[in-house]
Amino acid sequence: MAARTNVNFNPALSRRKTIGAIFYFVFLCAVMVGIIGLIVLLTQIITTGWSWLDWNFITSYPSRHPEQAGIKSAMMGTIWAIGLTAVFTVPIGVGAAIYLEEYAPRNWFTGLIEINISNLAGVPSIVYGLLGWALFVQLMSLGRVVLAGAMTLSLLVLPIVILASREAIRAVPNEYRLGAFALGADQWQVIKGTVLPSAIPGILTGTILALSRAIGEAAPVIAISALVYITFVPSSPLDQFTVMPIQIFNWISRPQEEFQNLAAAGIMVLLIILLSMNAVAVLLRNKFQTRSEE
Amino acid sequence: MNDSAPIFQVNNLSLYYETFRALRDINMAINRYSVTALIGPSGCGKSTLLRCFNRMNDLIPGARIEGEILFEESNLYADAVDATEIRSRIGMVFQRPNPFPKSIYDNVAFGLKINGYQGDMDEAVERSLRQAALWEEVKDRLRDSALALSGGQQQRLCIARAIAVEPEVILMDEPASALDPIATLAIEDLVRQLKERYTIVIVTHNMQQAARVSDETAFLMVGDDRAGYLVEQDDTSKIFTNPENERTEAYITGRFS
Repeated sequence: MAARTNVNFNPALSRRKTIGAIFYFVFLCAVMVGIIGLIVLLTQIITTGWSWLDWNFITSYPSRHPEQAGIKSAMMGTIWAIGLTAVFTVPIGVGAAIYLEEYAPRNWFTGLIEINISNLAGVPSIVYGLLGWALFVQLMSLGRVVLAGAMTLSLLVLPIVILASREAIRAVPNEYRLGAFALGADQWQVIKGTVLPSAIPGILTGTILALSRAIGEAAPVIAISALVYITFVPSSPLDQFTVMPIQIFNWISRPQEEFQNLAAAGIMVLLIILLSMNAVAVLLRNKFQTRSEE
Repeated sequence: MNDSAPIFQVNNLSLYYETFRALRDINMAINRYSVTALIGPSGCGKSTLLRCFNRMNDLIPGARIEGEILFEESNLYADAVDATEIRSRIGMVFQRPNPFPKSIYDNVAFGLKINGYQGDMDEAVERSLRQAALWEEVKDRLRDSALALSGGQQQRLCIARAIAVEPEVILMDEPASALDPIATLAIEDLVRQLKERYTIVIVTHNMQQAARVSDETAFLMVGDDRAGYLVEQDDTSKIFTNPENERTEAYITGRFS
């Protein structure tokens, strides 16, 4: 190999290595903030609530006596609310995303809709709560029921579901669409046969993450269901309800230490449900990816 | 139907993207059961011209044509003509192999299903794969993903997919440009076999390829207005030995590209 003859080069290798090491350390620290935060949070919650988390806690209704109190009504309320929210948001959100990506002409009106959806995704959740209260509880006279709560949560997560679904649809290579069109497929056959199968893993992941956000929301549901002391499980969408974040908030705001422990136990249940949903998202994504891409 | 009449007759065809004219006053004919090669320098509009034949340009917002293309003696762009139906009669193979992320079997069956095929699906899939000279290589793994095939196999799968719906014409847009030399030769062999049953129009950058596979060659160039136009079209042997136009000769002898 010929030696470089130009003397204007100054490789300064050791200085570059030092700078590289500094940046490595900075980025590592950035990651550690999140990880340490999570560990501290989990430790705090588990040490406070572990001994209170038992089968009794899950199957009991709230009570003035901490040792008898449980999270059953709030947990079932959350499952009802999120289940209905999923039923509303998946068809509407995915449908809107398909329209915007596959059908809508590129003009100022479509652009306006897109900007609005992005903005809606950033609106504070309490605003949706007030909207849901005015629209569903008052105007439609539904009352403070699961259905009204679910529709409010749907409004809250729809923009996120639409954005995530659009991302997933946009990531489908255009070659698939062209290949299907060239075989004589019409627009819907192209979408059903090539776009959706490739986009479903991304759509599912985005939807479940959006629903996970809805599960943790207290503010919009407080606006709908002011009730926090509910000792029954909703049996229809038109029953009154409460959700776990509200129950947890109620316990935390009491002075007695036992209720703090109950709150920690409730947070653990909430975290378990959240992590299970995320696990389901990962599983579904892997399942569909294997089916369509291997 | 008159078998000696051209399957396509192009009359004064111009194509515009919004206000930009990409093709100018093309006049040509494509003969049945033959291979017609479209050659010319980059940007001369040969792929654009190819996409006019199955109305794929309809999918590009702002694209419109002037003039006409007669397919089987009727106007391809008439209001009554359904582009979806046309594309099932005029198949297309793309520059980069684009199998769907499905199994080998489902790739071939896709076109059959969307076109409401009533016959024996397994038999039709096998027949298409045999015609595309791919059957022997994939018959034991029809349920495997098409994406696991090599590039050359994927392209032959795309040809099988196009054949399956029994088109009259197959349009090929530089079908071998993303493949290695061995896979390229396999595609060229296939093209020569397929003209027994289909009319083939093939765009190629590779002049040896045009000389090897085609019966007729059309040479396009790009004008000062950046619009592509047809310089001449003739028997491939004539174009490559004794072209009428000196610009054709300059191009095929490599004096410009």
